[in-house]
Amino acid sequence: MRSERNRSPLGLKIAAAAGLAFMHVPILLIFLYAFTTEEKSYQFPPPGLTTQWFAVAWNRPDVWAALTLSVKVASIATAIALVLGTLCAAAVSQTRLFGRETISLLVILPIALPGIITGIALRSAFSMAEIPFSFWTIVLGHATFCIVVVYNNAVARFRRISGSLIEASMDLGADGFQTFRYIILPNIGTALLAGGMLAFALSFDEVIVTTFTAGQQSTLPIWMLEELIRPRQRPVTNVVAMIVVLVTFLPILGAYYLTRDGDQIAGAGK
Amino acid sequence: MTALAENLNAVDRRGAAGRLSDFFWKHPHVLLTVLLAPPLLWLGVVYVGSLFALLLQSFFSIDDFSGLISYEFTLATYRQLLSETNLDIILRTVSMAAIVTIASALIAFPIAYYAARYAQGKWKVLFYLGVMLPLWSSYLVKIYAWKLILAKEGIVTWFLGKLHLQWLLDAWLSLPVVGGNSLSVSYTGTFIVFVYVWLPFMILPIQAALERVPTNLIEASSDLGGTPAQTFRHVLFPLALPGIVAGSIFTFSLTLGDYIIPQIIGSSRLFIGQAVYAQQGTAGNIPLAAAFTVVPIVIMGAYLFVAKRMGAFDAL
Repeated sequence: MRSERNRSPLGLKIAAAAGLAFMHVPILLIFLYAFTTEEKSYQFPPPGLTTQWFAVAWNRPDVWAALTLSVKVASIATAIALVLGTLCAAAVSQTRLFGRETISLLVILPIALPGIITGIALRSAFSMAEIPFSFWTIVLGHATFCIVVVYNNAVARFRRISGSLIEASMDLGADGFQTFRYIILPNIGTALLAGGMLAFALSFDEVIVTTFTAGQQSTLPIWMLEELIRPRQRPVTNVVAMIVVLVTFLPILGAYYLTRDGDQIAGAGK
Repeated sequence: MTALAENLNAVDRRGAAGRLSDFFWKHPHVLLTVLLAPPLLWLGVVYVGSLFALLLQSFFSIDDFSGLISYEFTLATYRQLLSETNLDIILRTVSMAAIVTIASALIAFPIAYYAARYAQGKWKVLFYLGVMLPLWSSYLVKIYAWKLILAKEGIVTWFLGKLHLQWLLDAWLSLPVVGGNSLSVSYTGTFIVFVYVWLPFMILPIQAALERVPTNLIEASSDLGGTPAQTFRHVLFPLALPGIVAGSIFTFSLTLGDYIIPQIIGSSRLFIGQAVYAQQGTAGNIPLAAAFTVVPIVIMGAYLFVAKRMGAFDAL
């Protein structure tokens, strides 16, 4: 398609490559530091390499507790976001609704506003309503900002389902529920799966809203934050950081392969 | 006999669902209400409700003697917000947000440009994932990585030492505002980490805007005798500008509200986010914390208004 004279200038190539390197080298360093023998500082280059910290991290009950809590919170928040996000997307796409712009804005708001505002607003609302901080307050906070990723993915897919498919189903005698079960759901299924994976990754990683809506419990990011402020055992933190990188990469790659033909991943609206 | 009963039952159940379906078909507004009620109840009532409750609190004030909130309408908290120390915090945050935005745009543009115009096939996927993976990888891990890099004994010092450029780093750190004991406790460090963490949010909209520029516009420009520099200046850049503005919405807003990055990598001087956190937490002054959150909301409101007029929302 492009002719020879349209080859990229060398300067541009270098700038783009340097930019990509800037984005990836820090993450690669995390992998290196997980194996370092140095305990007390962030010395580079590492004086030696070892795998002993994986065993140490494996035997830490506080890491396990934080990880379990994070997975539980992310699963339930994702489930709530899937239901609410799909309902919103279905309503917005099926009708020429007055105020659909407003609904889109409402869905995007929790993620467009700085997290600290969402966090402090929910916190003061919980304390005004005298709801004690618990597992469920964390889940509610997370579900609020996870709706948008499910919504974005589902709305893009709903737009692509052709109306004639639904009409054909109705003409063949299916009622609304059957049409939903056999026509709509298979069509939006992968979009929902992708949205759900991204919502899971978003919730699994969230720290700002969580610091306001969690009581004494610590999710994995909160555990990480405490280690960052007051490092207690750096090698364990290094290992956990590496595991977190690996765990979040999988849903992103999965979501990419599920939505690559045609619609975009709702990444720009993280 | 039982089979028949079961059959009848099935017809009956099917009938109930069918009747409900017919009802929705005849009354689409009822269906719409049923669909929208749960999400709107949650987002519209609980979430927006708590936002308003928070903003309302900024018009209350805290009693200096008892430390309790007095629920009387007053502008005293806003007067407190405009005191010299607090204005300093606001100014510091806004300037940081502005510099971070400009730097991210400069770094992001070549990446977005290459990905949009030159990358093909496998390379296109590589660029896409190359932006998506850092975007979605853990925020805290990214900050942690920079703590490793910028530490006194870390890779930056080592690398500059190998190049015999240690004196350059020392000279930079001895500068007044941007310097400090080491990179990880200086504004320079805060700045680098902000740029790093928000960079993907800048790349994606610029790339989207550039991908929409028709190739024949560029060809027309060079057919008419435009040099590559002129084509860039008069054709490409104006068309990419909405994308840059869209990206700047993210970088600006995210910097305004962040309180974790400057707390972990930076000097002890506060940013807006840290001030909000300190006021609502240790100081227990919710009204002032609420007044502080109004600042990013007002700034972003004005920003979004201008951005919308520049057509930035088409590039999102």
